[in-house]
Amino acid sequence: MTQRVAVLDYGMGNLHSVESALREAGASDVLVTADAEAVLAADRIVFPGVGAIRDCLAELRRLDCDKTLRLAVNRGTPVFGICVGMQSLMTRSEENGGVDCLGFFDGTVTRFPRNHSDDDGTKLKVPHMGWNQVSQGLEHPLWDGIEDNAYFYFVHSFFLPAVGSDCVMGSFDYGVKGSAAVGKGNVFATQFHPEKSHDNGLKLLANFLTWDGTC
Amino acid sequence: MSLAKRIIPCLDVDHGRVVKGMNFVGIRDAGDPIEIARRYNNAGADEITLLDITASHEQRDITYKTVEQIASQVFIPLTVGGGVRTVTDIRRLLNAGADKVTINTAAIFNPDLVRESAERFGSQCIVVAMDVKALHDGSGRYELFSHGGRNATGIEAIEWAQRMAHLGAGEILLTSMDRDGTKGGYDLLITRAISDTVDIPVIASGGVGTLDHLRAGLTEGGADAVLAASIFHFGTYTVAEAKAYLAQSKIPIRE
Repeated sequence: MTQRVAVLDYGMGNLHSVESALREAGASDVLVTADAEAVLAADRIVFPGVGAIRDCLAELRRLDCDKTLRLAVNRGTPVFGICVGMQSLMTRSEENGGVDCLGFFDGTVTRFPRNHSDDDGTKLKVPHMGWNQVSQGLEHPLWDGIEDNAYFYFVHSFFLPAVGSDCVMGSFDYGVKGSAAVGKGNVFATQFHPEKSHDNGLKLLANFLTWDGTC
Repeated sequence: MSLAKRIIPCLDVDHGRVVKGMNFVGIRDAGDPIEIARRYNNAGADEITLLDITASHEQRDITYKTVEQIASQVFIPLTVGGGVRTVTDIRRLLNAGADKVTINTAAIFNPDLVRESAERFGSQCIVVAMDVKALHDGSGRYELFSHGGRNATGIEAIEWAQRMAHLGAGEILLTSMDRDGTKGGYDLLITRAISDTVDIPVIASGGVGTLDHLRAGLTEGGADAVLAASIFHFGTYTVAEAKAYLAQSKIPIRE
């Protein structure tokens, strides 16, 4: 039976890239929608996000996507969050003067420090923009066939510190140690963009398409 | 582990075809942008930049279609620019599948466009492109040019970069007009000066002829990414050769 993937469309950014990457990774039935019924009828859900977190959450709530997402998660539907999508799943973000998020995971998203530099004194630019290595902290079915320390594409100014949480599935190093991926039960989310991470990203999405939501 | 330096092939597109000028004039056809973008995606490029040099509004629809087609086949970041004037232009390009949009002349006439679009779409997708030229008046200063390098603005380059970063630009694409198309290497002085001044990433552009020019842009120039067109389009070097060379020079590269 063909599985349907819903890409949650709450008006933030271009979702075609996510849709194209899912198709390239093997999904034949991808629906970009905010309609609760359609999302809940899907076999898997991708929750992308681009832009400022306050606007993202406002739109999510306005369209009741937060409720839909919660229902789907409780039902055990596999969910994949991307970038601001991942950040929205946390307890709180310090972006835009501080915003309460959806609280699926414990943790506060914070900004990279100002005058931020590497161990050897090299100035580190913000946004953290480009390809960085992801150290797979914990085993997870979604990492199958992806080498430890593989490169993925990041672009963000806020991040979730990779300490003090048992849901961090991978981390990156950029002067500070940040969470590259979080996971718990049937939810997995990445700070990087799998849809822009070439072969490694497509492999991760392909793994998501066959994942049964357990780990 | 660290953030890799990026290699970015640049497609200058005119009326839907990839071209590459010599000092912004004298254009040579290099082919179909969708085919070329797909080739670079498969060859290990870290990102692709498409600059639409047509610069006339009636031709814009070709660009949106081209961007859509590239975005559906390329799974690395895509930056698009050329003739971007309004928030609506930016939204249309992002909706067509661009990950980042470069603003050049419009930022000079309306700096607020940078602030407004960064607030609306996020700094991460707003790239300010700067075409600069050394003044050669003994001051060591560089001047910013508008309209694809045609008009002098009287604006000093470093101050401009600072101002753009302050307004919310997420990245600077710095092109040396003196070097563009010469194959003599990037202008390392201005690249270093701007990279040291701003806290956002800087892409060096203009003048690559050898692989060592890429290395110099990243080390002496302090750039976060290097952009090149003709050395890749005409097959002088492959992206893989460039990466192997940089890796040998101990520069962090995504292999």
